[in-house]
Amino acid sequence: MDLTVLLVKGLIILVIFGITLLIATYSTYAERKVAGFLQDRLGPNRAGPFGLLQPIADAGKMFFKEDFIPAQASKWLFILGPCLAMLTALMSSAVIPFGDSIRFGEYTIPMQAIEINIGVLYIFGVVSLGVYGIMVGGWASNNKFSLLGAIRAASQNISYEIALGLSLIAILMMTGSLSLRAIVEEQATFFEWNVFTQPLGFIIFLTCAFAECNRTPFDLPECETELVGGYHTEYSSMKLGFYLFAEYINMFVSSAFISSLYFGGYHYPFMNAVHDALTGSMGEITGHNIATAIGTVVFFAKIFFFIFFFMWVRWTIPRFRYDQLMNLGWKTLIPLSILNVVVTGAGLLYDIKYTTWLIVVVMVVLAVMSSARAPKSQAAPQRA
Amino acid sequence: MQLTNRSKQVSNKEMTLAEKMYLPSIAQGLAITIKHFFMKKPTIQYPEVKRYLGPVFRGHHVLKRDEQGRERCTACGLCAVACPAEAISMIAAERKKGEENLYREEKYAAVYEINMLRCIFCGLCEEACPKQAIYLRHDRMVPVFQERDGIVYGKDKLVERMDDRYVRMNSEVKATPTEPSLTKAAT
Ligand code: SF4
Ligand code: SF4
Repeated sequence: MDLTVLLVKGLIILVIFGITLLIATYSTYAERKVAGFLQDRLGPNRAGPFGLLQPIADAGKMFFKEDFIPAQASKWLFILGPCLAMLTALMSSAVIPFGDSIRFGEYTIPMQAIEINIGVLYIFGVVSLGVYGIMVGGWASNNKFSLLGAIRAASQNISYEIALGLSLIAILMMTGSLSLRAIVEEQATFFEWNVFTQPLGFIIFLTCAFAECNRTPFDLPECETELVGGYHTEYSSMKLGFYLFAEYINMFVSSAFISSLYFGGYHYPFMNAVHDALTGSMGEITGHNIATAIGTVVFFAKIFFFIFFFMWVRWTIPRFRYDQLMNLGWKTLIPLSILNVVVTGAGLLYDIKYTTWLIVVVMVVLAVMSSARAPKSQAAPQRA
Repeated sequence: MQLTNRSKQVSNKEMTLAEKMYLPSIAQGLAITIKHFFMKKPTIQYPEVKRYLGPVFRGHHVLKRDEQGRERCTACGLCAVACPAEAISMIAAERKKGEENLYREEKYAAVYEINMLRCIFCGLCEEACPKQAIYLRHDRMVPVFQERDGIVYGKDKLVERMDDRYVRMNSEVKATPTEPSLTKAAT
């Protein structure tokens, strides 16, 4: 490989790393702002204009807190926990294609840290490693509540990973590739976005993504009302900061993952027309690069929407009970995703892409029928 | 006893399939929260913007002067007795000849101190005073303490200044309570 190509590649990796950190930092700010607005408050607005320096203030606070390790904790594992969580969170953004490609001279460099043909598997591997961070941390704290949180996290992540994988298989069957770039390229036209061909798979995937990120309504591992602080009860200072930060990075990565798997990644309607117009008016190379930049911006817009959606759901839906969580995972999502795979396969036999709508239609009909047949619930006012 | 007519009986009926799928109700909930996202926020940016707290607010103490500018307090000590927090202390002195334009009564408070850390702003001193000498201003707050010295307010901070007279009945004032120029100068 040429030196310039190597340099540009390294630059892209660094930029993606930086962007991931920056977005995670500002997600903490956005989270509080969104929470405030959804609850008719203003959110943080004292540090800097509109409170924009709030994340820096928070980080400063985290750094200056006492770094405490409980006497009975197993010290090295206790330190390893947050490091693992952070490491795995940061690793997963490597394979996400952020844009088409940059051209200069005779080189064409894809806007992606590493292009591997098993991108989806890579993400799966790294994400399932992520639970070790939580488990090791929770176990090493030598505290009942932390341990309970860690156990919950482990069983929840394992349960939902199955449904997550199964819902993805339908997409893999349609694309015939494990490369994220290939999956994105597959969704070039608007109505071929996987959310339109795989509506059920999308809903299952979204739900499981919430569970994998330990976000409400699935934030049982850190549920304050039952477990004090869950797996990070004993953590303080920047170790706690790492855990919280890893959660936001995970959120960013899953948003990116969802938008590239189901919402066409850096594609947008009429992008070929835009690309042709730009290359026509500005020359082959500049036009192409600008078209790539627009695609990247669109991709980030999608990511931001999903990050917002994560927060929006968090401040809307209450937490599941643990048995409800397990019921939903094992008795609903897994059978549904298996059905989804079967129906997609049947559709692919006859070259029809939209067969999974069948399941959706049947389910809607069943739901309407059953609620029509159900006895009207009368909300009788309480008598004295 | 019926407290409200909005209460609903708990029903343990079987959920319908639509309810078991959660999605319709989730969509409903999301719609409700996003509506709040765009609502006007009732927040008042406190230190910059202050609300008018009404004519009954109990704020900064003031030792009133009468119409001719003489101090009304006669150092009877009833306020100190009434004070539940024992915040008030004073030293009485006899009025000398030639001081009639300074003090209204023959005995006056040479030293009058209120410990603002002890004071709970209950207003009992104001009620106890037979001479209408002490009031808690409704339009000014005691500023936040930064240091421990200067917490005990002496007469220099308490006695009403002639250019900054305090009137209680001024209910049309609807502005920043800490702005002294907004209170009408008269007694
Ligand atoms: S307001 Fe209450 S606590 Fe304060 S000085 Fe008067 S009587 Fe004492
Ligand atoms: S302020 Fe009123 S009650 Fe207190 S000592 Fe003076 S005259 Fe007496």
